[in-house]
Amino acid sequence: MTRYIFKRLLLLPLLMVVYSFVIFVIIQAPPGDFLTAYVATLASSGSSISAEQIEALRQQYGLDQPMIVQYGLWMKHLLGGDFGLSLEYQRPNADLIGEQLGLTVALALFSFVLTWAIAVPAGIYSATHPRSLGDHVLTVVNYVGVATPNFMLALVLMWVAFAYFDISVTGLYSPEFVDAPWSLARVWDLLGHIWLPALVLGIAGTARLSRIMRANLLDELNKPYVVTARAKGMKEWRLVLRYPVRLAFNPLVSTIGWYLPALFSGSLIVATVMNLPNIGPLLLRALVNQDMYLAGGILLIYSFLTVLGTLLSDIALALIDPRIRVEN
Amino acid sequence: MATTTTTAGAEAEDRIAVASNWRLVWWRFRRHHLAMFSAGLLICLYIVVLLPDFFSTQDPERTDARQAFIPVQMVHFFDDGKLSPWVPAIVGKRNPVTLRMEWAADPQRKVRIRFFAPGYTWRVLGLFETNLHLIAPDDSSVRIFLLGSDRLGRDQWSRIMHGTQTSMTVGLVAVALSVILGVVLGGLSGYVGGKTDTVIQRLIELLQSVPTIPIWLALSAALPRDWTPIQIFFAITVILSLVGWTTLGREVRGRFLALREEDFVLAARLAGCSRMRIILRHMVPTFVSHIIATSSLAIPVMIINETSLSFLGLGIRPPAISWGVLLQEAQNIQTLALAPWLLIPGLVVIVSVLAFNLVGDGLRDAADPYSN
Repeated sequence: MTRYIFKRLLLLPLLMVVYSFVIFVIIQAPPGDFLTAYVATLASSGSSISAEQIEALRQQYGLDQPMIVQYGLWMKHLLGGDFGLSLEYQRPNADLIGEQLGLTVALALFSFVLTWAIAVPAGIYSATHPRSLGDHVLTVVNYVGVATPNFMLALVLMWVAFAYFDISVTGLYSPEFVDAPWSLARVWDLLGHIWLPALVLGIAGTARLSRIMRANLLDELNKPYVVTARAKGMKEWRLVLRYPVRLAFNPLVSTIGWYLPALFSGSLIVATVMNLPNIGPLLLRALVNQDMYLAGGILLIYSFLTVLGTLLSDIALALIDPRIRVEN
Repeated sequence: MATTTTTAGAEAEDRIAVASNWRLVWWRFRRHHLAMFSAGLLICLYIVVLLPDFFSTQDPERTDARQAFIPVQMVHFFDDGKLSPWVPAIVGKRNPVTLRMEWAADPQRKVRIRFFAPGYTWRVLGLFETNLHLIAPDDSSVRIFLLGSDRLGRDQWSRIMHGTQTSMTVGLVAVALSVILGVVLGGLSGYVGGKTDTVIQRLIELLQSVPTIPIWLALSAALPRDWTPIQIFFAITVILSLVGWTTLGREVRGRFLALREEDFVLAARLAGCSRMRIILRHMVPTFVSHIIATSSLAIPVMIINETSLSFLGLGIRPPAISWGVLLQEAQNIQTLALAPWLLIPGLVVIVSVLAFNLVGDGLRDAADPYSN
């Protein structure tokens, strides 16, 4: 087991090198470079920059060098924790990303927990009451949940809250807490706000997971061991929770591998629509304004989170399924 | 009596015994009423894709700032108990406090509409000109807004018709590309095996653990600004199918690995069939129905992705119209409170995605020979 995890951990830096190169190629692609955009931004804001300063920056980022050298320089800076300077915000990119990274991860994880907390009981109910009214209602909700784009759901919720209840559901804090230092009251306020975007983000996943849970459990419920246990007079709910549910869980755990990463990248859309502090909207602005080093830094963070999510799911699966452990 | 039912039963069994695989799939699919209904809906939508102008009531680009944010004009079919379709005329009054135009239906004035009537001229599939439209106002100087108008006074109904053309085609083309890539690369990987297999499998793993939405956004942001809408359209479909093919590639590879050891493949090889013939004539037909079912479930995912990208401003770009581009108009919550009908394109997205999913589920069940 330890060996397995160790092997997977060794692969992580290798993957990150591949991703960082691909990302560098992509952010390099638009015409012009970081400095031409930088000078243009400065000029539009009225200030100017001396020719020596431009030359100094050009050397610092190696913009006069071939692309592969530029990439090397970028990596060297990154490894030293230097994500470069943002054009638009005139601040170090590391600070900008760092401020919002915590809440980005928190939103995705919270959404993940919420998804499981809803999908598993719903799936169990549907499987134990097949073709009942509740099952049919859940089926319809699931189909619509999968078919609704995240941003559409966010828009409808915001519109209903604004137009009919006159409340704003954007942001993650009440106004008085936005710039307040961390305190118990602020965390409480955050919890009061985060559930709605987390739910919006997780709705399609919830629908999908509860379908998987239902199908798996239905298969298990028809097996002879269930009939035996029932014939022996075991209480129904105890029987279901004790054996078939645990077996039906395995395929569900294997979905973490794609689901957690999907939540990280999906939060970009929900956060943009609902105006949440998140690296997603930051990336969007950076891409539109050609703030390339900021965009590159955020893309790297996303890749890292994705790879980490896949790794976590593999470990979780190995923990609960002995067959995978033996194989490795 | 008893004998006739037995013969009928035997006849039915004979029919099943000699029916081709496709006929069996069709018989099973026909039993899913919801899937059949959805398939009908999709056919209607693709007719709109072919002839969006026929269904439009006016040019989708026609603007008029004085007719901004006009609410939905409901079509009434009967007037005084007689069949005579009309929509209520809309009169605007400027609110003295907010200085905003406020529109209201004028119950006294009716705008008569006609079906299959002349309107603006358009070209059928780029071939010849006509001015025939499904719906047109009797008086051609009047504009009707069946689904309201946006902030520039453009007719949302006509824009949705043109958006349908783009969005439904993006899904189809992106999935077609994914299928080609998936079958070719997955097939190579599964049939050739060895080093080729390893390389393709690593590539698939790499692509599958890419943070999709951020990378898509970065790729579309890198597209040159001066590209024509057609070029952007194809670039977006390529970007979307870049990751889309991996799932199918994996499945095709799995099938090939399993089939490679089957007796009928060995028999074909011993009979002297070439490798290409074994793949195309003997192996592929066994899982074509499966590929079709899988890809019909991939189309709605592509549609949602395109809509999301365009909504964020980095997919299909105006002046091209897609459902996502239309929903950009609904981004501002104040605008939305004023003109909730701007969310209607979203409803169209949901309905079409739902239809695709139902058809896909029906096809998957029908293609599985072990389902009842």
